[in-house]
Amino acid sequence: MAKKEAYDERLLTGEQSNAKIDTSIADIPLEGSRHMQPPIKMLFGVKGSPWLLLLLFGFLFVNIMMLAITVLLLNGIGVWGNNEPTGWGFGIINFVWWIGIGHAGTLISAILLLLRQQWRNSINRFAEAMTIFAVMCAGLFPLLHTGRPWVAYWLFPYPNILSLWPQFRSPLIWDVFAVSTYFTVSLLFWYVGLIPDFATLRDRAKKRITQVIYGVLSWGWRGSSKHWYRYMHASIILAGLSTPLVLSVHSIVSFDFSMAIVPGWNVTIFPPYFVAGAVYAGFAMVILFAIPLRKWYKLEEYITMKHLDWCAKVMLATGMIVAYGYGMEWFYGWYSGVPFERSLLYNRLHLFDAPYSAIYYLLVVCNIAIPQLLWSSKIRHNLKWLMGISFSISVGMWLERFVIIPMSLMRDYLPSSWGYFSPTIWDYSLFFGTIGFFVFLLMLFIRYLPMINIFEIKELAHHTEHEAHKEGAVAH
Amino acid sequence: MSHAEHGRDTSPKPYGVVAAFLTPEQLLAAAKRSKQAGYNNMDAYSPIPVEGLVDVIEWRDDKLGWMVFFGGLFGITAGITLEWWVSTTAYAHNAGGKPLFSLPAFLPVFYECTILFSAFAATFGMLALNGLPKPHHPIFNAEAGSRASRDRFLLCIEADDPQFDKDATVAFMGGLGAESVEYVETSEGY
Repeated sequence: MAKKEAYDERLLTGEQSNAKIDTSIADIPLEGSRHMQPPIKMLFGVKGSPWLLLLLFGFLFVNIMMLAITVLLLNGIGVWGNNEPTGWGFGIINFVWWIGIGHAGTLISAILLLLRQQWRNSINRFAEAMTIFAVMCAGLFPLLHTGRPWVAYWLFPYPNILSLWPQFRSPLIWDVFAVSTYFTVSLLFWYVGLIPDFATLRDRAKKRITQVIYGVLSWGWRGSSKHWYRYMHASIILAGLSTPLVLSVHSIVSFDFSMAIVPGWNVTIFPPYFVAGAVYAGFAMVILFAIPLRKWYKLEEYITMKHLDWCAKVMLATGMIVAYGYGMEWFYGWYSGVPFERSLLYNRLHLFDAPYSAIYYLLVVCNIAIPQLLWSSKIRHNLKWLMGISFSISVGMWLERFVIIPMSLMRDYLPSSWGYFSPTIWDYSLFFGTIGFFVFLLMLFIRYLPMINIFEIKELAHHTEHEAHKEGAVAH
Repeated sequence: MSHAEHGRDTSPKPYGVVAAFLTPEQLLAAAKRSKQAGYNNMDAYSPIPVEGLVDVIEWRDDKLGWMVFFGGLFGITAGITLEWWVSTTAYAHNAGGKPLFSLPAFLPVFYECTILFSAFAATFGMLALNGLPKPHHPIFNAEAGSRASRDRFLLCIEADDPQFDKDATVAFMGGLGAESVEYVETSEGY
């Protein structure tokens, strides 16, 4: 990565004006050549760019995902590694992992808006895009896990000739409602945020076709003061509505486990600990993409070291909550006195006498030990270290779900029905396929939509300038 | 096609006078002076929301909050009613001896329904009150019209203002320190 950047306290660095913000941010989706920067050599000396490389990587893995889905649909869930007693394998691990990654976007766009945190402005748009794409990846897993995804609509309440209705006492039905609401509300919020920016793109576009497309997407937004008034009103209401969603979606996901009587699952700490873990993983993913993107698209003045520093601090805080959650799991396991809970603890901790217990140690290293480095401001201000730690957290959060799901299911009450879980090639190809799908969608988003909220940055630049004037006036 | 063919006059009509400013402060000051000069039908167009502008033009509209409230009320009522009807009437199924109407277990679903319908009301209510989508509007006929989404702050005194007079209003707005002042008509056919 780059040389070490100096730490600056400001949220926007450099001289800013509306025209400059337009050329730096709004022109990225309008000018194809911006995506061919910085030039790199690809295979056989063909010229390319990191954007193109990631797009191609994403496209390749989208195809692998399609293949994995085709094989699954042709053969059934048997191609996956989950089998009794481990009924939930990669399908649920990946679902929970992806849903969690989406949470940073909602936290940034909703809670930080309500708290009037100006630092959200530079990162909210692409964090929200990540939310939407992550929920799309997440939704795929339970959908396919139903075994017959073509009748997945049976999960919704609708009058049907089978006279069948959903079981509203089941956490799985809660999940259907929670995740579909989460996706819909996130999409609405994201789109509402994009409307004034589409108008900017419409008015900056030079080609007729681009003007028409962005014009249609902007719904004819003209920036009327009366419209702005209702618009700001709607934004704050949507933020207020999304705030309980940040907390409820992953709580409801955690009910899938905590409502069951499986050892290691039936724990009351699950909802808060899942929510904290989700925000933790989400911020790690935001940092993983923000650092390269700001460099490739020269956005260092908008996504500053201060933003990254604060993201890192949020990670550290949520990481400590997660660590507390692990501690509580140990405590409950021991203090409950229930032999099954205690033996679960034994299975997790005993390196040589239980399957996969090395993963538990790896989890503690990735999710608790390594992120402690973030206490040091030197490390928080070092891009390489931040990337590395965020990667470690992303891996760690996946391992956490592995520990919770198959490791609890492999050995529950009856030793005669203990079993072993080994994922198959189709488990892995669907998982890595969705990562490619995520990257692919993200690259398309960067190509065609403004990745930073243009009007909010203009507003921020205006306020910053205003405050500087005021301070200057006081000094004189 | 002649204008009178459909029995409606669709020739361009005066829409207003538009002045373009460089900063929101200038816009705000100009709006205040126009108000003092007796103009009432005004609107401003800007790339960012300008704080205090709706107060200057004495315009308020708080319908949206109520729309969201009723959206949420509909969501919670629809959610509980659906769960109640499904679980006690349409498919009364004894699950683990729990009561057919198990309110605590029903909470997540009606809670999500409340949020979902409130969010629909907030988004589509905002668009509907704003009269969007509206692909064309006379303000786009102004030279500066397409800059309002980028770097200019426009003030428009509309032709339906009782005090509106093309030449006098243009002259008045010329004295507000604007970068440009122009007279705008509606488009042919509207």
